[in-house]
Amino acid sequence: MSRNKFRRLSGVRNRGINPRGFHVSQIKFYVLLMPLAIFMLLPIIFVISNAFKPPDELFAYPPRFFVTSPTLKNFSDLFSKMSTSGIPVSRYLFNSILITLVTVAASIIVSSMAAYALSKKRFKLKKTLFAVNNVALMFVPIAVTIPRFLVIERLNLLDSFWVHILPVLAMPVGLFLLKQFIDGIPDEVIEAAQIDGASDWRIYWRIILPLIQPALATIAILTFQAAWNNADTSSLYLNNESLRTFAFYLSTLTSTTTGANAVAGQGIAAAAALIMFLPNLLIFIFLQSQVMSTMSHSGLK
Amino acid sequence: MQSKSPFRKWLQKEGSAYAFLSIYWLLFIIFIIVPVLAALALSFTFFDTIQPPEFIGLRNYISLITQDDTFMKYVLPNTIQFAVIVGPGGYALAFMLAWVLAQLPKLPRTIFALILYSPSMTAGVAMAVVWKSLFSGDQTGYLNSFLMGLRLIQEPIQWLQSPQYLMPIMIVVTLWSSMGIGFLAMLAGILEINPELYEAAAIDGLNSRWQEIFFITIPSMKPQMLFGAVMSIVGTFQAGAIGVTLSGSNPTPRYAGQLIVNHIEDYGFLRYEMGYAAAVSVVLLLMVLFFTRISNRLFGSEA
Repeated sequence: MSRNKFRRLSGVRNRGINPRGFHVSQIKFYVLLMPLAIFMLLPIIFVISNAFKPPDELFAYPPRFFVTSPTLKNFSDLFSKMSTSGIPVSRYLFNSILITLVTVAASIIVSSMAAYALSKKRFKLKKTLFAVNNVALMFVPIAVTIPRFLVIERLNLLDSFWVHILPVLAMPVGLFLLKQFIDGIPDEVIEAAQIDGASDWRIYWRIILPLIQPALATIAILTFQAAWNNADTSSLYLNNESLRTFAFYLSTLTSTTTGANAVAGQGIAAAAALIMFLPNLLIFIFLQSQVMSTMSHSGLK
Repeated sequence: MQSKSPFRKWLQKEGSAYAFLSIYWLLFIIFIIVPVLAALALSFTFFDTIQPPEFIGLRNYISLITQDDTFMKYVLPNTIQFAVIVGPGGYALAFMLAWVLAQLPKLPRTIFALILYSPSMTAGVAMAVVWKSLFSGDQTGYLNSFLMGLRLIQEPIQWLQSPQYLMPIMIVVTLWSSMGIGFLAMLAGILEINPELYEAAAIDGLNSRWQEIFFITIPSMKPQMLFGAVMSIVGTFQAGAIGVTLSGSNPTPRYAGQLIVNHIEDYGFLRYEMGYAAAVSVVLLLMVLFFTRISNRLFGSEA
């Protein structure tokens, strides 16, 4: 594109949308964003700070926001702790890691296969299925908790490992984003492969998957967040304590630490909250440029 | 043999497409379509989970409108108040921030986008720890201590237990975490717009940035605007559990933070009136549908 050339010639490089460098006119935007960014960050800094506070700082009056003598005691307390039902905390963490890994891998495969067919194959129900999926973007899972419970009960999935994974895999946003992204791949690429005698599976595996890596990264992040942060499945569909997740364990920490207990459990809860948050953050930092390039295909027409 | 051949033809032509789709759609049907239809069916029944459901026609809906004082007096007004502020409010905020971010060079833009997006990555359960100590009701609470230090208040305030503060706190907390995937989509949408459009508009006499936003930016990114709107509507209704998380009880203190989602839980899991809860679920889904139709009118391709 002649975009860069145009910008250089017209001298608007550092003004307007997507500037190359700094310009005085940008100062007002920084002034606007700074306080907001601090407001957004405060609760997160608070978690980090609390996670490293020794007990006397957690109990301190007046309370202080930042930690002064950081310690890892909260983390060691967290992992030496047993839940009330005698399950070690590491077990919840192990469950969460395993469930998240399986869910992310399965979700990438399942949604990208469906998205490939929906984008590049010709069949009768194509338009209808895409329209149905678009309507399902509006789906609010929390509204159908009860009928979902009945379905899961009928399928004998209560108290099974798979109940964590299977419902998350039907993710309309994921299919939608992948389909839009695959639409951007020219049909000629696929036709050329077909002439060479490549099977559908081979086209999907060798051509489509490598070309849609940014979109796959985005689906991975969305699925990761859905699976890793999921405490509801554990409380609604599982009675077997040893199958429940770390997010669920954290929710028991916060609901039982009321009143006098609140301060005592706070350090441990903050340590657990930090463990919950960090992987989300790291993965997003790592993959953010891929996410942005997927998002430019996200238009809903 | 001959009767089989159309089927074989179909299988050869479309079979592999359906094979690729099969797993996703199987899960989609089981975990989305069937539950929605089941909610619809159950909403016409009386069902206490012990006896099989008994068909009672529209009676659940009628008593929802005529007899459920809690719903009419607290839940519905609360939900509308919460949804209108968090939905369109959060959406406008997301667009504005995305636009401002687009005016910055790449590195600061990425850093600010990360900061604004990161709250949406936090899990509700994890953040409950934070809100409970920030808004703690005694003098050790951070907000109380801060305000008392400034001598703005004399006595600690029971933030999360008092009806007049619970709702505003719910709204702030939800807005805090609402710069999610819709916000990223809108940011990408703004960055995608061909800069020559702006130049052409300037020649045509468009001179303020406000005009630029309304005549160029928004019309050029309608699809992303619609995607962002749908995400923000869903996010708003999905966030409904926040009042119960914050106050630690369902029902919330004097129903101040009671939203439609909590009402469903209250009837479904605490009172085991599944039929009635299903009727409320259907109302919730209809509300989402209604709001999405409005955004379709505003940003849809037919508009």
